Amino acid sequence: MAVGRKKISCPPYAEGTALSERDISERRVTIFEDHPNLVYSWTAGQAMSRFLNELKNGKLIATKCEKCGRIIFPPRIYCELCYKPIDGWVYVKDTGTVQTFSISYIDPDARPLEKPVIVAVIAVDGASPNMGIMHILGEVEPEKVYIGMRVKAVWKPENEREGAITDIKYWKPWRDEND
Amino acid sequence: MPAIVGVGYSGFNANTPDLSWKEIMYEAAVRAYEDAGIDPRKDVDSFITCAEDFYEGFAIFDEFVPDQLGAVLKPTCTVCADFLYGLATAYMQIESGLAEIAVVEAHSKASDIKTFGEVIRHAMDPIWLKGVTNAHPYYLAALEMSYYMNKYCITQEAIAEVVVKNKRNALLNDSAPYGAKLTVEYALKSPFVFYPMRKIEIAERADGAIVFVVASDEMARKITDSPVWIKGVGWWSETSNYDIMSFEARYAYKSAKMAYRMAGIENPSKEIDIAEIDDRFAFKEIQHIVALQLAGKYDVCDLMSEGYFARNGSLPVNVSGGNLGVGNLLEATGGQKALEIVIQLRGEAGRRQVDCEIGVAQAWRYIPTASGAVAVFGV
Ligand SMILES: [Zn+2]
Repeated sequence: MAVGRKKISCPPYAEGTALSERDISERRVTIFEDHPNLVYSWTAGQAMSRFLNELKNGKLIATKCEKCGRIIFPPRIYCELCYKPIDGWVYVKDTGTVQTFSISYIDPDARPLEKPVIVAVIAVDGASPNMGIMHILGEVEPEKVYIGMRVKAVWKPENEREGAITDIKYWKPWRDEND
Repeated sequence: MPAIVGVGYSGFNANTPDLSWKEIMYEAAVRAYEDAGIDPRKDVDSFITCAEDFYEGFAIFDEFVPDQLGAVLKPTCTVCADFLYGLATAYMQIESGLAEIAVVEAHSKASDIKTFGEVIRHAMDPIWLKGVTNAHPYYLAALEMSYYMNKYCITQEAIAEVVVKNKRNALLNDSAPYGAKLTVEYALKSPFVFYPMRKIEIAERADGAIVFVVASDEMARKITDSPVWIKGVGWWSETSNYDIMSFEARYAYKSAKMAYRMAGIENPSKEIDIAEIDDRFAFKEIQHIVALQLAGKYDVCDLMSEGYFARNGSLPVNVSGGNLGVGNLLEATGGQKALEIVIQLRGEAGRRQVDCEIGVAQAWRYIPTASGAVAVFGV
């Protein structure tokens, strides 16, 4: 199910009078600008702290619930379905299967990106079905991506990892050895 | 009428470096469900959380709550207000027949906020108020205090008494991180950081979560021998404009009137046995005592000095330690206050137990607001 590059078309004009950058920078229109200084440092907690620290080791860790038998990824300290504490920790693999993907051509300000970004939801090997991670794909042309594609994490070098989800640079196409 | 059939909480602490906000919610919820003897996956019809996105630090907070409450694939909603507004929402859902058992949650992870003053400033009207000064917005409370003190001859000593009383009460509450044994003389030496407000009169922030299980009249009688009835709820707003708000806590007066009317309370100062009220700035306790009609505005200072509102006084106020002793719990403030009333009415308050049958909990939506809610509880 390979998917080709989509053409995004914009209407050639819009009704009304557009505001230009200069209208704003030269204050030709009445505007009010504010840049709030809102800073937070979220406590990662028991589950996410362990997960982030394992990223530094180049590993993905999950928790397990023995009641429903699920391997819960990303980890949490409770099983949200059984509503009980988890029963332990277990490593999952850094390989998986693309469940869905999008080829994104523009940034949040609607400016074209230099290179399209391929965002994907990846079911991680070793975790229970439909559990995994949303991340980006790399080393692949957008038109080559498909649902069901096998992928593997590409990690930053160990000395550059900082315990963040970006310690994985991207996921690249991958063939199982026994394929 | 609906009743509280289970309570649980986590905290209260000055900081919670070991647990995420989701994990403190889970801890409080597990305790509440155990207390009520229910299974949230089967027995709860509706979950209500109370939160303000800018206190959380991310948007659409309500999307993040089901897992840790046992609310996956269940009716869940968030009220952008204090816990007591969530309690009123649960009350309405139950009385309207939508739910038989509803859960109310609020929490504070205030220690995650690094620029608290800026978050509060961000709640000010961006065109009309915010740009006037970049001073820490606690001055908004001081403006109100200045007006109120002058109008009703409230003494600095009476405000210091509030600090001394509440911090001492907190010493009997294992869940109150800001307890202390102080004197009025000591409190009056605290520097004016926002004249006429002293540093010691400002509640420090705290982390914690509170979860209540609320049940219909019929269901409450079925599942517990010790229901605490919600006799009345009320909420009210003045205006967001600092130039026209009353500075006399009209929001508290009107929301209390609404709750008292529901509860059939005609003479609050005689009929109410215990009160937990918003004291996030010490003068607010005095202002709120008057607004809740627990004392006259010209008597309140003398009564405060005489120990009338002390733990062993005629009308104990903030036996838990209040916000000055427990901390500013942001939108969970009313939850901590309701929790104390429920524990007291059940007779489970241990060393700080007060003899009581009717209690009132009140919370303000903090600066920069003139809004708040009240709940009346009874056994
Ligand atoms: Zn499970």
